[in-house]
Amino acid sequence: MTIVFKPTETFHDDFTYRNSDAAILRFPFPFGEDAYMYSVNIEPHVPVGPSPVYLHAFDVDEHYVAECRERARVLALDPGRCKVLPHMMTAQWDTLELIMESFARDYPEHFSLSKNGSTWTWQNRLLGIEDKFTFGDAATLPYPPFEYITRQAQGDFTLQDQRNDNLFVDGGMVTTQADWSLEFDVGMSFHEWHGPVPLAHQIGVFDRALKFLLRLQQAQPVRRLNWTMTINPRLDTSPENYPVWGPDRLTVTPENVAQKVHLRVELQTLFRLPRSNAILFGIRCYLASVDELARVEKWRKRLHRVLRDLPPELETYKGLTRFRQMVIDYLAPFDDGAPLAKGCQPDQTSL
Amino acid sequence: MSGTATLTLRVREAEMIAPLLKRFVLESADRAPLPSIGAGAHLRLLLKEGQKKFRNAYSIAATAPDNSAYEIIVRRVAHSRGGSAFLHDHVDAGAIVEADFPGNLFPISHVARKHLLISGGIGITPFLGYLAYLKTTPAPFELHHFCRVEETETFERALRGYDAGKIHLHPELAQFDLIDMLRKQPLGTHLYVCGPEGLMNMVLAAARSHGWPGSKLHSESFGGAHAGGAPFVAILERSGLEIHVPEDQTLLEAIEAAGLEPPCLCRGGACGQCQTDVIEGEPEHRDHYLNAAEHAENRSMIICVSRAKGDRIVLDL
Repeated sequence: MTIVFKPTETFHDDFTYRNSDAAILRFPFPFGEDAYMYSVNIEPHVPVGPSPVYLHAFDVDEHYVAECRERARVLALDPGRCKVLPHMMTAQWDTLELIMESFARDYPEHFSLSKNGSTWTWQNRLLGIEDKFTFGDAATLPYPPFEYITRQAQGDFTLQDQRNDNLFVDGGMVTTQADWSLEFDVGMSFHEWHGPVPLAHQIGVFDRALKFLLRLQQAQPVRRLNWTMTINPRLDTSPENYPVWGPDRLTVTPENVAQKVHLRVELQTLFRLPRSNAILFGIRCYLASVDELARVEKWRKRLHRVLRDLPPELETYKGLTRFRQMVIDYLAPFDDGAPLAKGCQPDQTSL
Repeated sequence: MSGTATLTLRVREAEMIAPLLKRFVLESADRAPLPSIGAGAHLRLLLKEGQKKFRNAYSIAATAPDNSAYEIIVRRVAHSRGGSAFLHDHVDAGAIVEADFPGNLFPISHVARKHLLISGGIGITPFLGYLAYLKTTPAPFELHHFCRVEETETFERALRGYDAGKIHLHPELAQFDLIDMLRKQPLGTHLYVCGPEGLMNMVLAAARSHGWPGSKLHSESFGGAHAGGAPFVAILERSGLEIHVPEDQTLLEAIEAAGLEPPCLCRGGACGQCQTDVIEGEPEHRDHYLNAAEHAENRSMIICVSRAKGDRIVLDL
């Protein structure tokens, strides 16, 4: 399907970001049941699923150009959002190869990669980039390889080194995060960086997830969804910028709640990288306003039930305290309480 | 869908490099580039000799610069189950073999200040892959290889081209002071050992007893929980099906092949989605979802990775 890109939409100030009808229907709605609780909801990242966002290794959608511009803007203000420890250079090249090969294979009309020995030529027609470089020689690219390629991809990425039966977050490109900081987390082990998450530690989710990930195999990537909520379609909700976005929460009123409050879904993917044996963690962020989601009958009812019955610890952790009730009140009249079909898919093909 | 990617390979070259060692160069049957790999990666070949099937893992000793080929070296094992003898006797240039996508259970450390490699016999093969990588990094290294006298020349040839000052060949029975060598290593050195079990145990025990932390010790071991196991029969009581689970298939895959779709998610023994009640028989638990008490009770099992201990198990499915 041809993607109609929206190169001028913004994720700050005037917030012109919107989803087309097609983008709403392909939204990776994360709730397959009426109640939400943590689980090791990891599944193989295979090209099937309840939304087209699963069809490719890395999803490219109508927001691609605008998101790459937003990334460049954030990096210009704060270059520390991209950081890779020196021992991860092989993993940098692994990442570049994986993303370039995936893009060129999955979106040949937009990207191409040709290899002549170690001389590679990369074309990104959407951003007007064409570069010839020597694979393995960082001096032949305008940025270090990991930064170079993740400036051209939607979503955040971190690099995990595997050692001592643990994973260490030893690099990342993080400009679209839900209130966590790469600069703070860099170098941390798996349980350290998951430290702030409530409830999940007690039920052993992280112990099991770590054991599973340590055995992750090349060519068998896995994925999971995570979610939170954000006021305004703002991608950059970093702790570094809290003074910029924190006050947004005070602007939500019963009148504007459906336009202001966005469900923020992360499609998280994990790839074992071949040369370095590191793990690439993709955190692709999708935003849709309550208004947009409410156009899908199943989703407006289910979102109401999930938020209504959410454990209080999760309300606090996900930062929903100030506006959760307003969203529930907005959605309640749409929910007749009738049973809903299981699964995340929208169960309708048009809006 | 098993989620396991496979490769179809053609033998480009096959040659004896010592009376018991045969070297193979494998390329993709469709000439496409092979997957990129890292130091320490292995290839699991799926060999078929009549009704017999073998799945043997071999370290990848070298990769062509353009990823067009992998090289492995196979030692003919005296009392092999047949895999190595089959490769020696029946597999030559032009042959087609199937393989799993490469894996890596012996990766090199990227934070080591120095790499100390100790190998015995055919255990040199992962280190041949290491050496290619070590050429590109500034961290110093030292390789000690123990081998049969009659194979010394073969290994000398294989190691030509690397800094001779860092490569030490020890033909069997030669004098060598392991403890002294371990004591001389600077802090931050990582030790890697690959070879016969006796050598590995001796080296690792010596290192531990001289204060080396476990995080700096690495040894190669193939297999693991996903490597299949003995065939068995699963009776699915509710469905009335009798399912034969062969050695190279998981219980979940066999059930899916019979047309059932039990709930599952991670397919790696972590999430618990496919937990199934056991009515009769004893599971061989390989998951890390159930706790030790639940494993001991044998009342349920995680069917994506666990198997039956005996030849028959009855499940509530």
